[in-house]
Amino acid sequence: MSLFLKVSDLWKVYNGSPVLQGVSFSFDECGIYVLMGDNGTGKSTFLRICALLDHYDRGEVNYISNGQLLPHDIELRRMVTLVLPKIGVFDTTVFNNVAYGLRLRGLQREEICNRVNSAIDFVGLRHKSKQAALTLSSGETQRLGIARALVINPQMLFLDEPSAFVDVKNREIIEEIILRLKKERKSTVILATHDMRQAERLADRLLILMQGRITAR
Amino acid sequence: MTSIIQGFSKAFSLILHLDAELLGIIVLSVKVSGTALFVATLLGLPLSALLGFKKFPLKGLIISILNTFMGLPPVVVGLFLYLLLSRSGPLGFMALLYTTTAMITAQSILAFPIVTSLSHAAIISVDPLIKQASMTLGATPFQVSLTIVREARYGIMSAVIAAFGRVMAEVGAILIVGGNIAGFTRVMTTTIALETDKGNFELALALGIILLSISLLINLVLHFVQKRGMAKER
Repeated sequence: MSLFLKVSDLWKVYNGSPVLQGVSFSFDECGIYVLMGDNGTGKSTFLRICALLDHYDRGEVNYISNGQLLPHDIELRRMVTLVLPKIGVFDTTVFNNVAYGLRLRGLQREEICNRVNSAIDFVGLRHKSKQAALTLSSGETQRLGIARALVINPQMLFLDEPSAFVDVKNREIIEEIILRLKKERKSTVILATHDMRQAERLADRLLILMQGRITAR
Repeated sequence: MTSIIQGFSKAFSLILHLDAELLGIIVLSVKVSGTALFVATLLGLPLSALLGFKKFPLKGLIISILNTFMGLPPVVVGLFLYLLLSRSGPLGFMALLYTTTAMITAQSILAFPIVTSLSHAAIISVDPLIKQASMTLGATPFQVSLTIVREARYGIMSAVIAAFGRVMAEVGAILIVGGNIAGFTRVMTTTIALETDKGNFELALALGIILLSISLLINLVLHFVQKRGMAKER
């Protein structure tokens, strides 16, 4: 089942000033969409709205699966996920952090164990499984955030500046994870960044958010 | 100085040869304070969560009242309850004055604002990113609330410990509504007050040592639980 996202004439106003001014775009193919724009152009706002975390003032955010429009309910929210620039680490082990999303969905212990181990393997944190997550470095923390998202097998993954607070080495690891994700899992990834070089390295389609509107390149 | 040393010596002797009366006083103390703490936590924790997660009218006023009541003088609570429960009072027909129920009620009233107010402070101090993380991973609003309470668990435990310390050490309210009746409503603190009045310092000291030991034990256990908690979650 493929999930597509169609955004039409999306408007969002903060304190009287419009951030998104009639954004329209269709994310209808698997791959990596990179959303570029300077700080404050509304990239995070756009991702948060698409991930169904924030409300919008006008327009439409439609998720379509098998030709059917999906209601904005908890089922849909569990098909998509957003990794924030600062992920919000739960005060427990790395394993439990990654298992969180699966426990919310009421999965069996054995399945949780297998999927968590696979996800932390994927991001190179298997050896830190029992470590307190709050003691990870910023780069490892960001990889933890990606593992937490991957483990729930989202059909659409939003990444908001995933390497904003990490060093060069961890940025390269994160980029490698994103590329593997596309190759091995055939996921749709929508990534916001203001780093032009990163955009060029990762993008299948490059989108520019400027003056509240998206233009595709 | 000699009398103090003798007092301690006799006190330790009393503890070692724990008699039935002393044991009865200790058990009743723990029972009354434990039940009061349970009631206060049962009522206080949901209220603290409600105050932490929901916006509603008079919320600020309720928080201010709870903060004020954290320093509620026990004798005032005792007096208020006495007036309610005495035979001529509105609840006099329930015949609760000078019973353990009245003592538990008094201690619950004292513990409730502490549990609620400190738990609320712990809940609202949880990093807002936790709420967002929880939502991005597909939590329902109820699951988000549970996650936040879970993140605040150490603060909530501290709130419960603080409340327990308050009720275990409390004497004014339970003396007024409990009456310090031997074998029935006599607890450690009221016995210490009575025995000190009588000049029987050995028993008072013995109970004082036991009271402190119980508090120390509970704090040590909770400290251990907090340290081990994360390891056991796997």
